[in-house]
Amino acid sequence: MKPGSTSAACAALIRRDLTLVWRRRGDAVNPILFALIVVALFPFALGPEPEQLRRIAAGVVFVALLLAGLLALDTLFRGDYEDGSLEQLVLSPHPLALLLACKIAVHWLTTALPLLLVAPLLGELLHVAEPVRWVLLGALALATPLLSLIGAVCVALTVGMHRSGMLLALLVLPLYVPVLIFGAGACNAALAGLPYVAPLLWLGAALVLALVLAPLACAAALRISLS
Amino acid sequence: MNALTLWFHKTGSPPTFYRLAGLLLPWCYGIALLLGAIGLYGGLVLAPSDYQQGDAYRIIFIHVPSAWMGLFAYFFMAANAFIALVWRIKLSEVLAMASAPAGAAFTFITLVTGSLWGKPMWGTWWTWDARLTSELVLLFLYLGVMGLYAAIEDRRQAARAAGFLALVGVVNLPIVHFSVNWWNTLHQGSTVRLLGPSHIDAAMLWPLLLMAIATHLWFFGTVLARTRTGLLELDGGKDWVRAIALGPEMSAVAAPAATERTHG
Amino acid sequence: MAEFLAMGGYAPYVWASYAVFFVVLALDALAPRAQRKRVLAELRGRLKRRQSRTEARR
Repeated sequence: MKPGSTSAACAALIRRDLTLVWRRRGDAVNPILFALIVVALFPFALGPEPEQLRRIAAGVVFVALLLAGLLALDTLFRGDYEDGSLEQLVLSPHPLALLLACKIAVHWLTTALPLLLVAPLLGELLHVAEPVRWVLLGALALATPLLSLIGAVCVALTVGMHRSGMLLALLVLPLYVPVLIFGAGACNAALAGLPYVAPLLWLGAALVLALVLAPLACAAALRISLS
Repeated sequence: MNALTLWFHKTGSPPTFYRLAGLLLPWCYGIALLLGAIGLYGGLVLAPSDYQQGDAYRIIFIHVPSAWMGLFAYFFMAANAFIALVWRIKLSEVLAMASAPAGAAFTFITLVTGSLWGKPMWGTWWTWDARLTSELVLLFLYLGVMGLYAAIEDRRQAARAAGFLALVGVVNLPIVHFSVNWWNTLHQGSTVRLLGPSHIDAAMLWPLLLMAIATHLWFFGTVLARTRTGLLELDGGKDWVRAIALGPEMSAVAAPAATERTHG
Repeated sequence: MAEFLAMGGYAPYVWASYAVFFVVLALDALAPRAQRKRVLAELRGRLKRRQSRTEARR
């Protein structure tokens, strides 16, 4: 049998992944609930004064989304690994990195994009300052795909394990540090009235680099863990 | 095959390297202890106290070599991981995984001694300055590599996965350092520079360099020891390991098992 | 000697640092030794078991 074209394979993969997510659409709400709960905990811990909350708002929203994304990472390959379709993916004649890029894109669309949409609401809960609101959204729009791409490489390394939750966090979080620093740094600069474009540009540059390199690294990692 | 690659393959074979490491091991430890003793005598007794920091600066003789070793061990590990992944050399896998715990130990020492040095000098145990934070991330990277290596059942696959993570970390490390540099830094600048004049008295410099050599040798000692154990574990079913496991007094007992295997 | 031990008033910091240095490095050097013993014992056990199995088959 002659294999179909690569673009057809990618389209089929995206359609399949979207269908799978749609069939379990209840699960898609979980990261949002998690982020909401994390954000709601901070006023309880720090007190309800709007001034104090305003100062930490951007950072808290950033960390909450980062942790929610970390929890959602596990589902990236788990189902496919358990039903064996991940091995089929590795064996397919099409470039694995491209297929994985499609998978990561779908994963970002279904887990990170909803989070991005509720981020302004989370910011409001913490009385985020007016100039920071849009910077926060912009920083998150650049940072969440970056987090998904970096996370995918680490998930690929832990794919065959049973209880990988804590280990995954240990692998991923050191790699997330620069993203968090630049993303939250841009927001803090905006809050202080300083120029905030430079860190956003750095995030954009990192995103472009990760878009090219992370799928390749993810493919290499997956080949190691499935060998 | 030319002579060099032939030599490389020969020394790279597990039994040969096991024997070679066994020969080198006592020398590494011995010279490390000797140089360390001289260096510490020079650092703690002979070197004058600092005009600003008094005697507290004497922590430098362990803090700075440990910091160097933490980074050196990471690059040693990553280089071996690269060789292991590209050329699939078994010895490099073992070497890479053997250097992770030693590097983590040095990084841990750096953090603790730095904290103990920071308390009297800066008045605080910890500051979120660029170097401290990078060092902390480095420790987490080590722990991630070790954790991944421990979590996978198959030893060779574990080494390859953890080695891959080490390589990802090499890319990440300068980025982390650059990003945390973005915050203002409290840490004093480099005291010793390889290029150009260094800001340190000769009476303080030579003990520091001796300590650096000593820690390198100690690192190679523990790496060789761990590599020996790793090779034994990896080649558990092979004859050369069986001979070591049973020792000269027990080899007679093992002989039937060995012949049984060749016949079966 | 007492002056040397006092380290100009910084004794707790200096000596604690050195203690950490030596203890961690000693543990780092002793760990492979213990691990080696464990690996060899395990190997011996495996060989013994295999041998008793072959004897039972005879």
